[in-house]
Order: sequence, then structure tokens, then C-alpha cells
Amino acid sequence: MSDLASKTLREAKTLLDAGECSSRELVQSVYDRIQAVDGELNAYLEVDLESGLAAAEAADQKRASGENRALLGIPVAMKDLLNVKGQSCRCASKLLEGYTAPYDATCVAQIKEAGGIPFGRVNMDEFAMGASTEHSAYGLTKNPWNLDYVAGGSSGGSAAAVAADEAIVSLGSDTGGSVRQPASFCGCVGLKPGYGRVSRYGLTAFASSLDQVGVLSKTVADAAVTLQVIAGHDPRDTTSDPEPVPDYTAGLNGDLSGMKIGIAEEFFGAGVRPDVAAAVRAAIDQCVNLGAEPVPVSFPHLEYAVSVYYILAPAEASANLSRFDGIRYGNRVEAEDPVSLMRKTREAGFGDEVKRRILLGTYVLSSGYYDAYYVKALKARALIKQDFDQVFTQCDLLMSPVAPTPAYKIGEGDADPMAMYLGDILTIPANLSGGCGLSVPCGFSDDGLPVGLQMLGPALAEGTLLKAGHAYEQATNWTGQKPELAIG
Amino acid sequence: MSETPPDLEHVNVAYVANLARLELSEEEISRFEGELDQVVAYIHKLDELDLKDIEPMSHPRPSQNVLREDVVTEKADPEDLLQNAPARVGDLVKVPQMMEDV
Repeated sequence: MSDLASKTLREAKTLLDAGECSSRELVQSVYDRIQAVDGELNAYLEVDLESGLAAAEAADQKRASGENRALLGIPVAMKDLLNVKGQSCRCASKLLEGYTAPYDATCVAQIKEAGGIPFGRVNMDEFAMGASTEHSAYGLTKNPWNLDYVAGGSSGGSAAAVAADEAIVSLGSDTGGSVRQPASFCGCVGLKPGYGRVSRYGLTAFASSLDQVGVLSKTVADAAVTLQVIAGHDPRDTTSDPEPVPDYTAGLNGDLSGMKIGIAEEFFGAGVRPDVAAAVRAAIDQCVNLGAEPVPVSFPHLEYAVSVYYILAPAEASANLSRFDGIRYGNRVEAEDPVSLMRKTREAGFGDEVKRRILLGTYVLSSGYYDAYYVKALKARALIKQDFDQVFTQCDLLMSPVAPTPAYKIGEGDADPMAMYLGDILTIPANLSGGCGLSVPCGFSDDGLPVGLQMLGPALAEGTLLKAGHAYEQATNWTGQKPELAIG
Repeated sequence: MSETPPDLEHVNVAYVANLARLELSEEEISRFEGELDQVVAYIHKLDELDLKDIEPMSHPRPSQNVLREDVVTEKADPEDLLQNAPARVGDLVKVPQMMEDV
């Protein structure tokens, strides 16, 4: 079977369980696909075929001896900020060149425990700061639908790899939209669980009150299967949620009768391109045809979300990234005294976008500024949470575009950081509130690029989003569409 | 510098870079100043809001202190950690001299 890499997770699992292919063949097929197309796309930073095949053979032996698990023999591409013991974990930064992870992130340990194989390090914006994967120190990732366009970000490597069949499934992370937006740009499924649903232990911290591990997959059902494995409380992350994990696949029956879909016009407002809005409204109509009930709601504080985020996220980042000082790990620039060593190491190791955010975060937290920015942003954050609380008394989930535009041309975002930040407006609220979000392909823009439908729910409502996303996906054929790569 | 009132329009990048332990070039300082002033002008949008009686929300989940028994649970191999040190002497991380000789 030559096209194993193009299978969904559930298809691959079915083939493995039926003995129609081996995990070794599956991993080899994914690797062959990477070899064929990644020279052009640059979704992967590193792939270790030898260790992948060794793990695949071990999985094949387990299966032969009658063992089976949720992901037994399935390769999973890991965003370069998730620690996998013995593999590099550079966060796409020069500062962490040569770094070898000394332990497994909890979500990685869970993938392994379920029989999955962490296979390949996928590209991202450096330390997850950016929305295009152009801010990787190891070259940008291209959009598989059009090589002149960005893949989105920061989990652009994950999204491009899944969309181009270079991966069966991938784990990413979402601090302000970094799973949902690249999924939308590349035409795959992106799930950001609610804050606390998945342990952050071993996820390199960007903004700790906003970060969440997420899934990029070919179908909504694949996202459900993967979330099932990584969700749950972890004593190593005291912010992880102790609530029991429900069966996420149980609700995937295509029935939306009685489900209330909130539509807030604010999410279709300034900056949302007409072709994007049209695709999303058509998708909502389709969900209504499947039995859901549309409910007009309002979200008055949406216009403040970007301001809140670009105070809080840099503030938390400036503190979190202080650990990269050249002392205990990473690249060091030697100097006469420790402070000069830190200053030179950080100057040489960080890229522009990371420096911008560290500077901004340090500025808003510095003496005399704290109340004017940080405290104000925390209060405005409460208002955004209140908007969600109010909305979810009236409906089960909110539907909107993922991003105001489809993917943009490579280089276009570089000139104006503020314009790039504004592109996050529709995804940021879920991170500020702690709710969950799902991006599902829902059509194409006028210029032939994928458009994503965003579903937002409160914390612990992942099951509702997956149910709605699956029903929509089954009724349409957007997720089955594949980019025609001129290469490979 | 702490004596002067906070400048809420303009980011003094050289000053902030020192706090953040970033040794920026002159070119970077002037470029970042222009870019960050734009961002700061934008985030002042929050000044439109009446936030007087709003409780700050620092975290999406209600946080409480978490205690556990004081027992060793990690079995990390020190070598796994030390292999990442940029410079070492045996099992120690080597750094430049921290204090003057006395």
C-alpha cells in the first residue's frame, strides 16, 4: 500500500488492526512523503527515521502478541516546543540549537502510553510567537495549497504537514489561535481544548495563563480520538482540570437537533473579508439544516481582545523567557561576567519577534507602568470572560470565522507587526476566557485558499464542539479535499 | 529613571532592553521603538473602558494552593540534564566569575 501517509488516523488504525498494513510500513510511508514534498514545504525541522522505525517495529510486535491501544503504531508529528525525551526541542529558536529534551511532556508520555510514536519535529514561529511560521529561525513553512502563501502559525509546521499528508496527526499549541489559525489557513482540523483540559507539563511555556496543547488532524473524529488520549488531570500541572474525561467519540453521530448555535455579528465585523464571511455563513446554514437552532447573541467587548492579549501575553512571555539566559542550557555567547553573558546570549539567540514581545512585556510590567497596562488588561479580560458567560447562557456554542482573512502572501505580514497582531482578534477570546475552540474547513476563498469555520465553547465543552464539527464535516466534503502539490 | 513619571506614549527601548537583559544594536533600538510605539498606541484602546469596579482576572481557572506529601517522585538522570549545559566541569555548570576576589 503506497499511499498510507494519506490516510486519516482512524483509517490507518483500522488498517493496522485488520493486519492490512504494519506500523513499519505506515511510518516508512510518512517518511517517504516527507522526503518527496518537504524540501519545498519545510514543515519538518527534523525527522529521525531510524528511531521511528524501531518504535514502529515494537508496536507491530505488540499487536502481533494481541495487544492493542488507541494509537498503537500511529506516528504523531510534534511541534518543536513539546519535549520528547532524547529528541531535540529547539522551539524553532537558535538559542536552543543542540538542546536535547531530558524528559517527556505529559501529553507526549500519554501518546506513547497509548501506543503512538512521536515522529518528527515540526516547524513553528520561534517560541510560538507569530501567526505565519515566518518567524522560525530555521526557515518558513509554505502553504501546501499555494507555495507563495504562508502556512499560518504558530503551529504552521503541524498544519502544513497534516494538510500535505506528511503526517497522520500532529500535536501543536494554541496561545492566541496558534492551532486554529494555521488549521484554517492549510485546510485541516485544529482543536484547542479548554484551558486545563490537557496538561501543560513539558510544553515550553510562552504565556502560562493562555497556553494550551492542541491537535491538528485530517478529520474531527481524529481530533476526538487524539484528545481522548491527552486529556485529563496531571499532578505535574496544578492548573490541569480534575474533572473526569468524557468519551469524545460517543457523540459523533451527525445529529445536531436541539443544538443552539450562537452567532455574534461582532465576529463578522471589521476586517473580515466578504468571501471568508460568506463561506462561514454558508457553513452555519448547513448546521441549521442539520437540526441546529441559530441564536443571535452579542459580544460587546470583542474589539478590546487584541489590546488585552498584547499586554498579557508579552508580559507572561517576558517572565517565562527569562530562563533562556545561556547558563544551564542552550547556546551561550561567552563573556567576562554573567550579566554580559546573558545579554549577549539573548541578543544572539532570539529573533526579532521574540525580542519585540520580550521588550513589550518588560515595558508593561516595569515599575510605574504595571497599573496602567497589566492590571487594566486583567480587568478587561474579565469583561471578555463575562461576554462569553452571557453568550453561553443562550447557546451551546458560538460559530464564527477563525481568522478575518485566508492565508496571506509570504512576506506580507513582515512590514507591520501591528497588522499581524490584529489578525488574531477572532481566536484570542477563547484563550483569554479559558474556553475551547475548533477550526473545521468550510470552503475556499475567492483566491482558492482554505477557509475555516470556528466553533467556540466554554471550558469542558470539547465534546459539543467535536459533535458539531463532525456532523458538519460528514454533511460536506471540505475535509476530504487535498492540495495538489506540483511537487511530490 | 524610576523618579520620572511613566511615559505611556513612548517605549524607551534602551532602558527596557537593559531590564530584559537584551544587548540590542543601535539599529534594533530605533526600529523596535517605532514598532512598539505603534503597539502601545493601539493598546491604549483599553482607556475607553470603565474598569473601576471590575475584579482583575489573572487566570482562567479558579486557582488554589495544591499540597502533596514531601516525597521524591522524579527519577531524572542528572546526566540527561547536564548534557545541555553550554559549559561544565564534571557535574557542575561552568559560569564566569560571579563575585570579585576578596
